[in-house]
Amino acid sequence: MIDIKISSTALDVPACIDKVAAEECGGINVFIGAVRDATAGKRVVQLEYEAYESMALKEMKKIASAALKKWPIKKIVIHHRTGVLQIGEAAVVIAVSAPHRDAAFQACRFAIDTLKESVPIWKKEVFEDGDVWVAAYP
Amino acid sequence: MRIKLLAFGAAKDIFERREVELNLLEGSTVSDLRLLLNSEYPRLKELVVYRIAINGEYSVEDSSLQEGDEVAIIPPVSGG
Repeated sequence: MIDIKISSTALDVPACIDKVAAEECGGINVFIGAVRDATAGKRVVQLEYEAYESMALKEMKKIASAALKKWPIKKIVIHHRTGVLQIGEAAVVIAVSAPHRDAAFQACRFAIDTLKESVPIWKKEVFEDGDVWVAAYP
Repeated sequence: MRIKLLAFGAAKDIFERREVELNLLEGSTVSDLRLLLNSEYPRLKELVVYRIAINGEYSVEDSSLQEGDEVAIIPPVSGG
């Protein structure tokens, strides 16, 4: 089971966990990427996320399918937030269930690492004295 | 042929808008498009890298472009 979503409203972590729960699954692994209050010692006021939504959804599905092929997992949820986020808010939630924990841990790690490389979503860090698109410039 | 370009993130700031129309010669490739973009929008060269997607899939440099394609400029992604 694959469940992919891009949302401009708050992500629902308990709902993501409920979606992957299954009687045959003894392990559920959840990764939450949250907005941090500083980058390289500089105070972050807020983050703004922008997505190329149709392509991002396709890339997120590819990641979920690849994870299901590569590890003995049963269900995977990948939800990503867009818009303006405040410190502490969840930007991404990945939940994976599997009969045994090893596969759930590995698939979850793979999903977040690959998402950060290939999914067309961008974040702008807003500081007190300006803003910057993360990773865009050397 | 005319193509519609979508620009995101840092590229949107460089283009100063989200959509740009461009005139390309028939048979143009991604590599031809990149040359044109780099000369019309030289600040694109300041980016670490940018990829070009055609109809929602990452392209390679010799992919050819067709009239009506949805072409997107993908600066380094930073989701998560």
